[in-house]
Amino acid sequence: MTTHAGWETVIGLEIHTQLATKTKIFSGSSTAFGSAPNTQANLVDLAYPGVLPVLNKDVVRMAVKFGLSIDAEITKRSVFARKNYFYPDLPKGYQISQFELPIVGLGSLEITMEDGTKKTIGVTRAHLEEDAGKSLHEDFDGLTGVDLNRAGTPLLEIVSEPDMRSAKEAIAYMKKIHSLVRYLEISDGNMAEGSFRCDANVSVRPIGQEEYGTRAEIKNLNSFRFIEKAINHEVERQIDIIEAGGTIVQETRLYDSDKDETRSMRSKEEANDYRYFPCPDLLPLVIDQEYIEIVRKDLPELPEQKKARFQSEYGLSEYDADILTVSRDVSLFFEDVTKQVGDAKLSANWVMGDFSASLNKDNLELSESKVSSDDLALLLTRIKDDTISGKIAKEVFEAMWAGEGNADSIIDAKGLKQITDTGAIEAIIDEIIANNVGQVEQYRSGKEKVFGFFVGQVMKATQGKANPAAVNEMLKTKLKG
Amino acid sequence: MHTKTIAELSRGLKAKEFSSVELTQHFLDRIEKHNSELNAFITVTPEHALKQAQESDAQIAAGNASPLAGVPIAHKDIFCTQGIKTTCGSKMLENFISPYDATVVTNMRESGVVMLGKTNMDEFAMGSSNETSYFGPVKNPWDTTKVPGGSSGGSACAVAARLAPGATATDTGGSIRQPAALTNLTGIKPTYGNVSRYGMIAFASSLDQAGTLTATAEDSALLLTAMTGFDEKDSTSIQRPADDYITGLNDGLEGMKIGVPVEFFDENLSDAIAAPVKAAIAEYEKLGAKIVDIKMPHLHLSVPTYYVVAPAECSSNLSRFDGVRYGYRCENPKDLTDLYKRSRGEGFGDEVKRRIMTGAYVLSAGYYDAYYLQAQKARQLIKSDFDNAFKDVDVIMGPTAPNLAFGLGELMDDPITMYLNDIYTIGVNLAGLPGMSIPCGFAAGNNGELPVGLQLIGNYFAEGRLLNVAHRYQQVTDWHSRRPTAFA
Amino acid sequence: MALTSDDVLHIANLARLEITEAEVDVYSKKLTNILDMVDQLTAADTKGVVPMAHPLDMAQRLREDVVTETDQRKLYQQNASQTEAGLYLVPKVIE
Ligand SMILES: [Mg+2]
Ligand SMILES: [Zn+2]
Repeated sequence: MTTHAGWETVIGLEIHTQLATKTKIFSGSSTAFGSAPNTQANLVDLAYPGVLPVLNKDVVRMAVKFGLSIDAEITKRSVFARKNYFYPDLPKGYQISQFELPIVGLGSLEITMEDGTKKTIGVTRAHLEEDAGKSLHEDFDGLTGVDLNRAGTPLLEIVSEPDMRSAKEAIAYMKKIHSLVRYLEISDGNMAEGSFRCDANVSVRPIGQEEYGTRAEIKNLNSFRFIEKAINHEVERQIDIIEAGGTIVQETRLYDSDKDETRSMRSKEEANDYRYFPCPDLLPLVIDQEYIEIVRKDLPELPEQKKARFQSEYGLSEYDADILTVSRDVSLFFEDVTKQVGDAKLSANWVMGDFSASLNKDNLELSESKVSSDDLALLLTRIKDDTISGKIAKEVFEAMWAGEGNADSIIDAKGLKQITDTGAIEAIIDEIIANNVGQVEQYRSGKEKVFGFFVGQVMKATQGKANPAAVNEMLKTKLKG
Repeated sequence: MHTKTIAELSRGLKAKEFSSVELTQHFLDRIEKHNSELNAFITVTPEHALKQAQESDAQIAAGNASPLAGVPIAHKDIFCTQGIKTTCGSKMLENFISPYDATVVTNMRESGVVMLGKTNMDEFAMGSSNETSYFGPVKNPWDTTKVPGGSSGGSACAVAARLAPGATATDTGGSIRQPAALTNLTGIKPTYGNVSRYGMIAFASSLDQAGTLTATAEDSALLLTAMTGFDEKDSTSIQRPADDYITGLNDGLEGMKIGVPVEFFDENLSDAIAAPVKAAIAEYEKLGAKIVDIKMPHLHLSVPTYYVVAPAECSSNLSRFDGVRYGYRCENPKDLTDLYKRSRGEGFGDEVKRRIMTGAYVLSAGYYDAYYLQAQKARQLIKSDFDNAFKDVDVIMGPTAPNLAFGLGELMDDPITMYLNDIYTIGVNLAGLPGMSIPCGFAAGNNGELPVGLQLIGNYFAEGRLLNVAHRYQQVTDWHSRRPTAFA
Repeated sequence: MALTSDDVLHIANLARLEITEAEVDVYSKKLTNILDMVDQLTAADTKGVVPMAHPLDMAQRLREDVVTETDQRKLYQQNASQTEAGLYLVPKVIE
């Protein structure tokens, strides 16, 4: 990527989060993922003549929960509107969405960049709407197959202000929202299944210019990696056009991850007159203060609060606390281990260290981990009670990950229990001193780094099982002569 | 048997003067005999009807039957009926078999009512003459060269010619009341939200409301009792205690205040209508009511407001008819756009297409504020006229339609004049109020006498009061019991 | 306000309605008549009037988040012109 001096990038994101309800936003059909086509599309989802929508209670609760978590205004009287357009995955010929009066108004959240700098990003609004179905383009003799199982799945569309100035900031914001919706347990955030998708509005302007440039909307970005690439590409494309004397056209573009480029979706633009109007089948959604307070009481500890608590309660560094609270699952795992072991620093090191490395290596989610929090806690307890050393613990952990059993059974089976019997250690030390007269001379004449050689010899003789503290102390006494 | 009212039939069934099977067969025979001339029914369901009749007879024999058990009626073909063709008067749904029942249909069935069939109607309920039906126009039994009104023309014709003792219908801008007036029936459009809209194919969602067409107010009360009620499947259905429409039917009208809007007697009203309507109002004075002139300064905005709001909603409501999941699909579409355009272009008739386009236009970029938003504000003004009126009066009265039944084909090329047929009824839908039309006299047409309707408008949920007001009038007059001689 | 042929074709396209050459003129005349009638609204003084979207002054009722539907695909697809492998088929969608 070439760098273009003198240009500023402006990015706003529209994130579609699938809400974690059992049923659709306006019907009692299941939202479970992966069923046979159209088996979860009922009369309402299929837009049969005469059917009517009724709003799902939990959808409202989840939207309010999100709004409160970003300190947003909750709209006391929000309105559902119809967005009219024809498309095979849209059975009614309109999408029920919120237009003028969304349930969540202006809010904000803070992102932290890799270098530790912080920035506040405005959230313009978040509104409730229904998802569309899915079109399948293969295998039907040139026809398209339509599966409406997903039609009517509840979405919360979270629209940011154009506050981001780089792809990196956009990613940080999106990750923050991703973490937040999972903390709130309002979405599973599963990007592979389409539960968390993003459209990016991207424009460029000369540094110092006040008004925004013309933007392009990049549709359906469904991985963090693609978003960064797609945005950087789009920025380059726009700057190239302007520098060559051209102008940017406001349009929708689709990111093609195979070719790593964005291309225009003019076909969809053509009839872009959605004729929004209030949906006459639904009444205004009225939310009172009492309800808001009930939802507020139900809010979990949010990442920022948790991070602060981890620093004060467990004495963790800001860096460690940050890593351990990005994901709600990780934070819960860490706290569970810590409570059992009673040593936050040790738990933190292991959760962020060997444990995370193993997950990454096998490309697993925390929920798929081969070692549970109880398993890890037992292992760390065995370090604490001197059954094994930290070094041996790594070996035990690997065996645990390989499914060989829990810490105790592995220590037992492999005979890894630390030797704490001073008599046994003493005998081994005596023998080593006797066999290495030269090195003893060197040590006694002041070459203290030979000490390491003796430690190594003892560990070698005990296959690492000797208690390191006991070995050190005893060696020092013996070598003095 | 077909000359009896529903109340009388119900008593006859309970007294075992005749069975429901006999009664049902009698009406099926009449349909068989007269429907080819009148075209009141799109679908007749004899097997279904006789099976229901047998079940009702069993209940009556067992002594646990509900008041309406065994009474046959017809459903407007706008209500979805499970396993039975539901066309909405359109080629689009010519072969559509509904997989479910509308709540109205369920409620009626659970009351033991027998369904004779599905009645003709203006396509998607858009029309005031029943001539926009894909299945051909319906004739007025009083003069078969005239229209029966619309959009519930098939239901009106069926009841007026006594092919059914009563029928369900729907009213978006006058579609129950205007046909009632043109065919000498009692028609009621309840308060918006009182009858579930679930399973009733939507025309304009904020205006549509189901009601009934019957010979008498008492019959309306009986059917309405079965029809109304809260439905959790309809977000606009109102949760309130069940109304009793029967007990108060005979209440006295002494001291009741009737408001007569001066705007209802404007230059649009034909003299043939004005005279009987004024005479009817005078009759109420004799019954002890006090008549007061009232002003409704925004009523003249009703028609233009309606022709923004209703098309806007219908343009969106009818988008679902795209040839993909059900309904008419064009032959060999060459691409997706062709599939949509030809399926809809060929499946919908002219009036429907006109309204869809009007609706798309008034909602489109640049016109929304001038048309749609302005219409919503005008709607508020119209509602406030009624709210103000009901501070002083109990019931509002006036003509139902501005003229007598007109000739078949007479207005087909003149939509605007056709639209003006609903000039006195539309305001009620815009406000969401209950309204009725009852027979109040006859005037000379060019081919014999034609009926005239009196419109009664009540405050929200005053259906009981309206039925009472209508019933008392029918106790002292006999207009409602006159029937077209050709179908005696 | 008079609707041109282009206006008619534009809204017919928005509404996905096939209109023949011959029909364009008829529609533009009749739609113009309707819009002329509707134009009476512009004269109405609606300053400060709250738009009325609905006859009921009621709030939206909420449904419990409980699955009430079972698979009825076979029944529901009986009305469809073209299905395969449980999918509704349409002419190729180009994105
Ligand atoms: Mg969007
Ligand atoms: Zn959206």
